[in-house]
Amino acid sequence: MDSALIPKGVKRCPLWQFLLFTGAVGIVLLWGVYAMLLCWFKGLNQTNMNDYYGFALWIWADLAVIAVGGGAFFTGLLRYIFGKDALKNIINYAVLIGFICYSSALLILAIDIGQPLRGWFIFWHANVHSMLTEVAFCLSCYFGVLTIEYIPLILENRQIDKVPFFHHLGHNMHEIMAVFAATGAFLSFFHQGSLGGVAGVLYGRPFAFREGIFIWPWTFFLYTWSAAACGPCFTILVTKITEKVVRKKLVKDNAIELLAKISGWMLLTYTMAKTYDTWYWFTVTAPSKGFALMDFYSNNPLYGIWMLVVEIGICGLIPAVILITDKGRKNSMTLWIAVILAVIGVCLNRWVMVLQVMAVPVMTFDQWVLYIPSWQEVATTILPLAYGIILIAISYRYLPVFPNEPELNPIEPLNEEETAVESPVELEQELKPAEA
Amino acid sequence: MFPFNFEWIWDMGHAVFMGGLWYALTILGIGMTYCIIKAAIDASKENGEHHH
Repeated sequence: MDSALIPKGVKRCPLWQFLLFTGAVGIVLLWGVYAMLLCWFKGLNQTNMNDYYGFALWIWADLAVIAVGGGAFFTGLLRYIFGKDALKNIINYAVLIGFICYSSALLILAIDIGQPLRGWFIFWHANVHSMLTEVAFCLSCYFGVLTIEYIPLILENRQIDKVPFFHHLGHNMHEIMAVFAATGAFLSFFHQGSLGGVAGVLYGRPFAFREGIFIWPWTFFLYTWSAAACGPCFTILVTKITEKVVRKKLVKDNAIELLAKISGWMLLTYTMAKTYDTWYWFTVTAPSKGFALMDFYSNNPLYGIWMLVVEIGICGLIPAVILITDKGRKNSMTLWIAVILAVIGVCLNRWVMVLQVMAVPVMTFDQWVLYIPSWQEVATTILPLAYGIILIAISYRYLPVFPNEPELNPIEPLNEEETAVESPVELEQELKPAEA
Repeated sequence: MFPFNFEWIWDMGHAVFMGGLWYALTILGIGMTYCIIKAAIDASKENGEHHH
């Protein structure tokens, strides 16, 4: 029925199967939308945020999706500025994942501000002394860049491409994509950094406070560094998951391996810098504020010292070592382990820097307070996940996201009648991974 | 925020923050305008060639 919209040289599942899948995910999406509307109409009393937790699940999710969405800017930088041509086979997907992550981040912020109708205040009545203003500016502009990078992919749809204006528009945008990619890298550097800077300048919260250079605490650089290291890991992870779901190989190994190698070295250097930062913090910075290391950790299930070990050791050093070694990258199992650990690591880092910062007692009468999000918070946090799955499904079906797909999965040309009567069983057989 | 708004102050903070925002938006705006105008010209040329 929709075969005229499907890219040439690739095979897709029947429309009913596609609609069934997106419909099932759509139910989860609607649940999230319902919770979102509750927050907008009834207010932030729908959440479990309180005086301790002004930043809660949403802000963690926001920082986490921005960190893992960093794969888009870093892959774009490598592809368009540093000329790593092998990455042309994965850049479309990196952009799509980045687009989903950043639109999700903006959606979460739109819910979190409580009064979305006043969202424009941050641009018009900007507080130029706030790191968050810089985040809002760069985040919005970078979402514009990602939209500009995603548009040519949409214009490559078979039917849209037939319109001469759209064909030329897509071509022209490709031609000057380096300008957009460079702008995106500039914006990403600052908003990723400023998110870390927000934590680093909290001198009333010695768990987060860091010294630094000029106006930027060290957390500014560590956030950008970790996003550049772990963002590409998330891109690889989502690519691998997509390959498993559609049972096809979609990207050539050389692109994955190059991205994994660069990511590995970034992760190794980041882990070293983070280790040094942590050591300096608990030997110099924290004692200067009257705190010892164990004052920042508790025996409760959320904020134990184990988190530090897991974040830096298990989810930092181990994936870095796997990714920088040739054998580690080329072995499918170890690659899976490495990218999963790296993604967990960066999410854990954002968790610590958002929630643990709030939880650590700083006054003598304070105590450790745990926070359990309300179902509305959980639903609105799952909402972007459902939205992302649906957008990936639609893009994969109708757009040439993976340039290598026809080559890696050659199909016998079928006429329209054969396409119409083919059974799902036959299709399933054809969807098995091709010999690459 | 623009310099003609009542909240505007001529200081480093406003110049850097707002200047950076306008700078980024200008690059994106000029880039997209160039692409759209060039696409319109290319498409009209192509149409002209087809008619001839």
